[in-house]
Amino acid sequence: MSEANMSATSSDSAPMILLEHVNKWYGHFHVLTDIDLTVARAERIVICGPSGSGKSTLIRCINRLEEHQAGRIVVDGVELTNDVRKVDAVRRDVGMVFQHFNLFPHLTVMENLTLAPIWVRKMPKAEAEAVAMKYLERVHIPEQAGKYPGQLSGGQQQRVAIARALCINPKIMLFDEPTSALDPEMVKEVLDVMLKLAEESNVTMICVTHEMGFARSVADRIIFMDNGQIVEQNVPEEFFNHPQHERTKLFLSQILAH
Amino acid sequence: MAASPAKTGAQATAAPIPRPPRGVFWNDPQVRGIFYQVVALALVGTLVWWLASNTIDNLSSRHIATGFGFLGREAGFSIGEQTIAYSPADSYFRALLVGVLNTLLVAVIGIVMATVIGTVIGIARLSKNWLIAKLASVYVEVVRNIPLLLQLFFWYTIITEMLPAPRDSLNPLPGWFLSNRGLKFPIPAHEFAYDLAMVCFALGLVLAIAISHWARKRRDATGRHFPGATVSAALIVGLPVAAWLACGAPLTFNAPLLKGFNFVGGGSLTPEFMALLLGLVIYTAGFIAEIVRSGIQAVDKGQTEASLALGLTKGQTLRLIVMPQALRVIVPPMTSQYLNITKNSTLAVAIGYPDIVSVANTTLNQTGQAIEGVAIIMAVFLTISLAIAAFMNWYNSHIALVER
Amino acid sequence: MSDAALPAAMPKPATNPLTWMREHLFGNPFHVLLTVLVVWFLAMSLPALLDWALLHAVFHAKDVRECQAIDTGACWAFVGEKHRLILFGLYPYDEQWRPLLVVILLVALVGVSCIRAFWNRWLVPLWLVGMAAVGVLMWGGVFGLSYVENARWGGLPLTMILAFTGMAVGFPLGVLLALGRRSELPAIRAISIVYIELIRGVPAVSLLFMASVMLPLLLPEGMNIDKLLRAQIALILYASAYLAEVVRGGLQSLPKGQYEAADALGLTYWQKQRLIILPQALSISIPSLVNTLITVFKDTSLVVIIGLYDLMNAAKAAIVDPAWRGSAIESYVFIAAIYFVFCFFMSKYSQSIERRLDKEQHPS
Repeated sequence: MSEANMSATSSDSAPMILLEHVNKWYGHFHVLTDIDLTVARAERIVICGPSGSGKSTLIRCINRLEEHQAGRIVVDGVELTNDVRKVDAVRRDVGMVFQHFNLFPHLTVMENLTLAPIWVRKMPKAEAEAVAMKYLERVHIPEQAGKYPGQLSGGQQQRVAIARALCINPKIMLFDEPTSALDPEMVKEVLDVMLKLAEESNVTMICVTHEMGFARSVADRIIFMDNGQIVEQNVPEEFFNHPQHERTKLFLSQILAH
Repeated sequence: MAASPAKTGAQATAAPIPRPPRGVFWNDPQVRGIFYQVVALALVGTLVWWLASNTIDNLSSRHIATGFGFLGREAGFSIGEQTIAYSPADSYFRALLVGVLNTLLVAVIGIVMATVIGTVIGIARLSKNWLIAKLASVYVEVVRNIPLLLQLFFWYTIITEMLPAPRDSLNPLPGWFLSNRGLKFPIPAHEFAYDLAMVCFALGLVLAIAISHWARKRRDATGRHFPGATVSAALIVGLPVAAWLACGAPLTFNAPLLKGFNFVGGGSLTPEFMALLLGLVIYTAGFIAEIVRSGIQAVDKGQTEASLALGLTKGQTLRLIVMPQALRVIVPPMTSQYLNITKNSTLAVAIGYPDIVSVANTTLNQTGQAIEGVAIIMAVFLTISLAIAAFMNWYNSHIALVER
Repeated sequence: MSDAALPAAMPKPATNPLTWMREHLFGNPFHVLLTVLVVWFLAMSLPALLDWALLHAVFHAKDVRECQAIDTGACWAFVGEKHRLILFGLYPYDEQWRPLLVVILLVALVGVSCIRAFWNRWLVPLWLVGMAAVGVLMWGGVFGLSYVENARWGGLPLTMILAFTGMAVGFPLGVLLALGRRSELPAIRAISIVYIELIRGVPAVSLLFMASVMLPLLLPEGMNIDKLLRAQIALILYASAYLAEVVRGGLQSLPKGQYEAADALGLTYWQKQRLIILPQALSISIPSLVNTLITVFKDTSLVVIIGLYDLMNAAKAAIVDPAWRGSAIESYVFIAAIYFVFCFFMSKYSQSIERRLDKEQHPS
């Protein structure tokens, strides 16, 4: 990923992701209330907030794993409606990493990685495997290619999941609490991979996480959500040093206390 | 491995290692283990010996000779339906063989039908359509909670008492007659076009397999996909139809005709066979539906989400991600249902379908060879059970998820 | 969250029937088609069924001819006439309050056993006393009750006695077999495996045949046991093999740590099984145990084949009466309803236990 790409991106001022008045309900429960959010190309955003605040639902709406019921979501110029082809088009450009990895247990690591390139990108097998190997090397586990997910540690599984998402060469990466199901000693290896990804590529990243150190060093912008609303957003420096809202202050004091 | 030379070296030089001190021998778990086993074997052995000696005494006092010599003797009884030629002049062995084949016939057809119907109902239970889901679950609850034997009697009564006599047969399709004598239907007469169509069907199957191989190779090499399933289905159906049309589309059937009080000609299903098949299929489909439902539900929702997030379509997700995982959960209990169908087909004896148990029973009553008769029944079913168990073990070892 | 912040009114979750129907019946063209097909099917079958079962049914008549003269539907008068034969078989008519009491007693015992508060060591003696009372009531010969030989037992009490005795005696045998199959001693393991697989490999029907044909040969001359006992032995053997596999499933699902902890406490083998392993393994397998009870309950109907007058056979016997020829369907529907009520409630109970165990193990 290179300068040519970078310049093309910076010249293009249209936002990568646009959310306008997005609302969503689960039954009577209002999960997302009037969300407005614009994400620029190559921007890195970290979303945090107490559990149940709607952060996961928000990013799952971006690749329509969840349907929004009011408002607009536009991803790279494509508006998400119930048109299957638009949904497919968006999903081809959006990679996602889940809290519980969701690797396919019946496929080897290599098969997990080449699945989408072969079936979605229609790549020849050898080429798909070469791409997969490149990303496995990037997440430092090329030697595990022939194993099954069940044979790997949690940290290794999550790195495979990141590589799997990268294999479709996405413009946007969504991370849904990628480290919260990991044992403490494995958190760092996953965060390192994510850090390197942020440094070396110009992919747009939205990351739901409570890793504030990661947020401080990677994020262009931090968004704090509570009760289905965006309460506050700011650059990391301001966000941590001068939080505006009481709820943000309370949340930060709880999460940074130890 | 690297440590082994060092170890042998140490053993060679060191003084003999003292064994851990041992307690009184009757407190040694190994000695106790042997003791318990000897006691258990002695008990079982005594029981078997006692039963065997009683049997020998009883047999000799009743002047019954043991052995399988009777198998070669003439059976002398007729069998209602058969898949191979049989007459009362044939041997007991052949009569028993007819019984085994009848059991296998009803079991195999039952397994295929119950699998199809059960799968449909299992999926229907998960439908978003409220009416379909409710109807499917009512079916499952009713069918599973009523004894199979009662259901068999029920269907047998419906067929033999509620259906009209042959001369007033129901006529659901031209040439098909449903009466209290069973179902009569036309079968294609022997003709060149039909033989050719059968050959073309086989050819279509071979071609379909070849095409799926080729499509896969090309996909791996170039990334281009080929609608293999559609083309294969078209070949399998299209080739025989084309052959049949090319021969001038002959439509000669051997149709059943009413003569006197019953039909002659055509194919037929007896009321016994129909009732048994209907009962087995309807009952087992209820259990298979539950297996299919829980198999599908056992696949974590995250799997579907991850697959969709990668850009795979719903169809691809179902085929490549959900089905392979659901099958791992479904296949083991499914095979035990198949075994159940086979075992339950012995209820045939209650409505008079000549399966292995009822033929063996007749044999046993005629010859007095109770032990041999029971042994034959057991041998048949243990063979089937072992075959299915062997398949299960092969499948499990093939497909088991590799875990850390 | 002020109301002003809310955007255009949100489609509230389906509260009115129209939205509910759109969501649950007519989601897309395929579902519309399915719904129409099902409604058509129901419209064709339900009215006819209703006509037969209720609207055109006959509830009072003295024989089947009169039934047919009155109306075209089911002849429930048959059940009115024969229900005592079906429910109690050939038990002396004037003494039939005794089997009725037995049924009530057994249902009460099952009911009590279903309540968790009663799951303690009093349950076993309670069942022993209950079964003794069942024996006294059925046989009589004491307390001024006239003696009734067990060849005259029949109907529902016989079905229940066969099923519950089969389970009750088969259970301890099954537990021993399950422990045997997991034993480290090869001979004990082999005996258990051979027994379990032999019984599970052959059809229940052939077990019953075996019991009726072979038992007289296997026992010494002069030692005769009647048909009921032979069938009961077959059912016990049958139940024990299936129960053994259920219990083994429970044993296998226990984490290894439980065994190690028990060993570390210095318990002997039997203490370990009795105090640590079995209580946990059995409570895990309660749903499967109840399912086995349902299977055994349904399979008691197979004793028809060797000629015992259980519920199934009593229903068949009732339709032999020439005055009520052609009432087979009514008879079968009547006992189907009885079997269904028992099995349905047991299976619902087993499901509720399963959910509760699930919640206790994975509280989320």
